Amino acid sequence: MRVIRTGLINFLRNLSLAMAAIAIMTVTLTIVLFLVITNATFSNTIAQINSKINISVYLNDSVTNQQVSSLEQQLRQLPNVKSVSYVSKDEALAEYKAENSTNTQLLEAIDETGNPLPASIVIEPINIGKIQDIRNFLNKPANVALQDSELGDNYAGDRKQAIDKIAKTTNLLREAGIISVVIFALISSLIIFNTLRMAIFNRRDEITIMRLLGATSWYIRGPFVVESVSYGIIAGLVSILFIRGVFSTASSTLQATSFGLLDIGYANTFFTKHFWLLLTLQLLAGILLGAVSSVIATRRFLKFKS
Amino acid sequence: MILLDRVTKTYNRKSTALDRVSLHVEPKEFVIVVGQSGAGKTTLLRLLTREEKPTSGKIVVGGIDYDKLSDRDIPLLRRKIGVVFQDFKLLPNRTVFENVAFALEIVGMSGREIQHTVPRVLDIVNLRGKEKSMPSELSGGERQRVAIARAVVRQPKILIADEPTGNLDPKHAWDVIRVLEKINRFGTTVLLTTHNQEIVNKLKRRVVTLQGGKITSDRANASYKI
Repeated sequence: MRVIRTGLINFLRNLSLAMAAIAIMTVTLTIVLFLVITNATFSNTIAQINSKINISVYLNDSVTNQQVSSLEQQLRQLPNVKSVSYVSKDEALAEYKAENSTNTQLLEAIDETGNPLPASIVIEPINIGKIQDIRNFLNKPANVALQDSELGDNYAGDRKQAIDKIAKTTNLLREAGIISVVIFALISSLIIFNTLRMAIFNRRDEITIMRLLGATSWYIRGPFVVESVSYGIIAGLVSILFIRGVFSTASSTLQATSFGLLDIGYANTFFTKHFWLLLTLQLLAGILLGAVSSVIATRRFLKFKS
Repeated sequence: MILLDRVTKTYNRKSTALDRVSLHVEPKEFVIVVGQSGAGKTTLLRLLTREEKPTSGKIVVGGIDYDKLSDRDIPLLRRKIGVVFQDFKLLPNRTVFENVAFALEIVGMSGREIQHTVPRVLDIVNLRGKEKSMPSELSGGERQRVAIARAVVRQPKILIADEPTGNLDPKHAWDVIRVLEKINRFGTTVLLTTHNQEIVNKLKRRVVTLQGGKITSDRANASYKI
């Protein structure tokens, strides 16, 4: 209790120094938080796009039901296949009609020609980056024979490039994020060190006396640790409020300008959904940063002369 | 109570602060250590409070062998020894009461016990009524008595006083010495260093003389002689 009280009093006394430490800690924690959310947003975008991508294999009209189920079976055994589904000629026609329900002329024309649409097998891959094995399988002569010679298969190839680009950007962002977090964590540790060193320097007589009177190292160190941990708590709170402000305005303004495929709205949803978890983690990070810095900063001053 | 066996302390090759000093102090004794500046008095006391380690030799205080003492145990050792310094070492921004209470806070005594204990000790050093004064409002003698109160409030078996009268005029010096004698009568071993000839001569106690890091005389009921 005494240790905590002394620490808090010191915090108020060193307010100006404390502000510097809090400011830099806030910047560090804000960057961390921002990166976490950005990362989640990018992952979400990629996952969304992935789920929309599939391979359609258009089949010959002469293919029998037995051949279809055998092909489906073989496809399911491939390691990169998430799901396989069969769309019959009738289903394909119904779908097509539903999509073009407003175009009466087209519908009439189709009714007259019978059903020109082929049956197909829709394959959803687990990893769209590695569809080569599926492609190889479909290109086997026995399998090629089953496919519609004019349509073949469809890899949504135009999207693949965009997906690769996003994946690359995400990785780059993640790496840059980790580096900047490390740098800012170091800077803020240094500033906390300095703040504490000044505080220790101001109170060196008191510390000497405490030591001579038989105070344990932790009794002396405690208030300093409490002091910098409270920096961490404040910085954690400020950064989460800051980010909250940024996202609640950004999600409405940026949504309009649009970052292409990026779903900015998701960032806000993610933030709101995990608010308490993020707050806890943020506070923990702040506390840890403060505690570690202060323990290291005070260690040198508390060594007993030999 | 205090045992030094051939204790040597050198700071570098040229200067030897203490040279094979052996000293034995019984419980409840009042021992005065005299010697000129640089004779090794302060080094001797700093070894006893474990602010420094001896280069060689054995030190045992209150049954604690310093060779077996880890850094972690040093605070516990210091709690058993009361120390008074020439420059008082009071906390300037705390009242008399708080300065004395400080020694008890460190050992984790409860607030109520502190409220109970501190006034009794201030009684012993004749500072009742000055509880709320700041050190800067006190005379040197009064400050030193605050420091003594702080040193004895935890009832140590040993009180070490390093030139406690060094900065005081004769009247205040005697106030301080009287308090030390009183504490000694309560059963505390007192080790006092001084170069005040008059005090040594009037006290008629055991006097240990240090010269150039060696004990040159050690006699009971002695007077000042260098």
